Amino acid sequence: MSVRVAESLEEVCDLLAANPSASLLAGGTDFMVEVNYSGRRPASVIAIDRVPELSGWRRHNGSIEMGAALTYAEMEHPLFAAYVPALAQAARTVGSPQIRNAGTLGGNLATASPAGDTLPPLAALDARITVCSVRGTRELRLDELIVGPKQNTLAADEVIRSVTVPVIDGPQEFLKVGTRNAMVISVATVALVLDRARRSVRLALGSVAPVPVRATEAEEWIADAADWDSPEPPAGDVLARFGELAAAAASPIDDHRSTSAYRRHAVAVMARRALTRVLS
Amino acid sequence: MSGEAALHYTLHVNGSDRDVADAWPGESLLYVLRERLGLPGTKNACDQGECGSCTVLADGLPVCSCMMLAAAAVGRDIVTVEGLGTDGELTDVQQAFVDHGAVQCGFCTPGLIVAADHLLSVNPAPTELEIREAISGNLCRCTGYGRVIAAIAAAAEDRSAVRG
Repeated sequence: MSVRVAESLEEVCDLLAANPSASLLAGGTDFMVEVNYSGRRPASVIAIDRVPELSGWRRHNGSIEMGAALTYAEMEHPLFAAYVPALAQAARTVGSPQIRNAGTLGGNLATASPAGDTLPPLAALDARITVCSVRGTRELRLDELIVGPKQNTLAADEVIRSVTVPVIDGPQEFLKVGTRNAMVISVATVALVLDRARRSVRLALGSVAPVPVRATEAEEWIADAADWDSPEPPAGDVLARFGELAAAAASPIDDHRSTSAYRRHAVAVMARRALTRVLS
Repeated sequence: MSGEAALHYTLHVNGSDRDVADAWPGESLLYVLRERLGLPGTKNACDQGECGSCTVLADGLPVCSCMMLAAAAVGRDIVTVEGLGTDGELTDVQQAFVDHGAVQCGFCTPGLIVAADHLLSVNPAPTELEIREAISGNLCRCTGYGRVIAAIAAAAEDRSAVRG
């Protein structure tokens, strides 16, 4: 096991090309649990937490580009939250302040846990993920990168470089159910993005399927059913139907964190709550 | 660990360069601090980022040292609880913990002290909610949080009085 601290993206790509079996290490919050507890013994580690090209975030015309090593704490920043509130809210629910100072957006993506909290906002925002290697760069949708629980489609020599999301005019919500409020892994999450210009709602669900899912039927239904000119929250029957359609998009399982039935119920409740908040 | 190359690297801890020799590459920063560098103030309870007992500052930010690969922390500025004050003197935050009885078994205390020290360095007048948030990653199983919160609030007030 060797450890290299990479200083540039080019160096990361070169190291990976020379040794595709090397493990990438960013915040370490999943990696080190596996080393400490599960006997993970990678032959070679490339630390990418201080690669300048992977750090920070930038605003381009209508979009926000985030480096893969952007931490949850950086996503919580009010300046960032002003552009991508659902992602900032999601980041705020992850772990503890200590974990949020270390864990990264790229790590959440590559780990590809069904419970990854940044994933539903990225799904709702139709995020584009740029990955690179010495062979070049390519851009992926979230559902092209994450294809199963802890399964990503990165080639062995590829590294996630950045994630780009549009700046959308309208409120956003991220809601999460866990067994308590702090330091908790999600039982179920929803991310809801209201697009004022298009008069549409985007709804994504987390922890209730093998991968993050979009509740497209709920989205299509509410676009027609919502009274877009009313300042009042939607009527009870509209909320109920929206919640039902959201829950129908979930395919949850029973596991040590919760039951399938409770997860479905929680999705319906959170979808209604998020819709009420953004439409009033 | 037989058959694995031992590493030799230098960490910057509490203002000094510290050599780490013949180390297994998978060692956490927590392990290296305690077992190789003679800095046992940082505690090990969960080894998985849940409890905050091992909180240190890395480049000024509180992190769990159990979740940091020591060999990948080269070049970072690491401060442990031993590095917060000057030799043999308690910091104001430590003194406030003593004054308010915010210590029972003491195991979570170093992590809480580091978290509290960081909070006051970035937010000199925290609300109670901000104090609670700042220590939300530090689990205590015997003292309870009431006295800890009171101690941190008192340290903030004392600093504010000194500043005038």
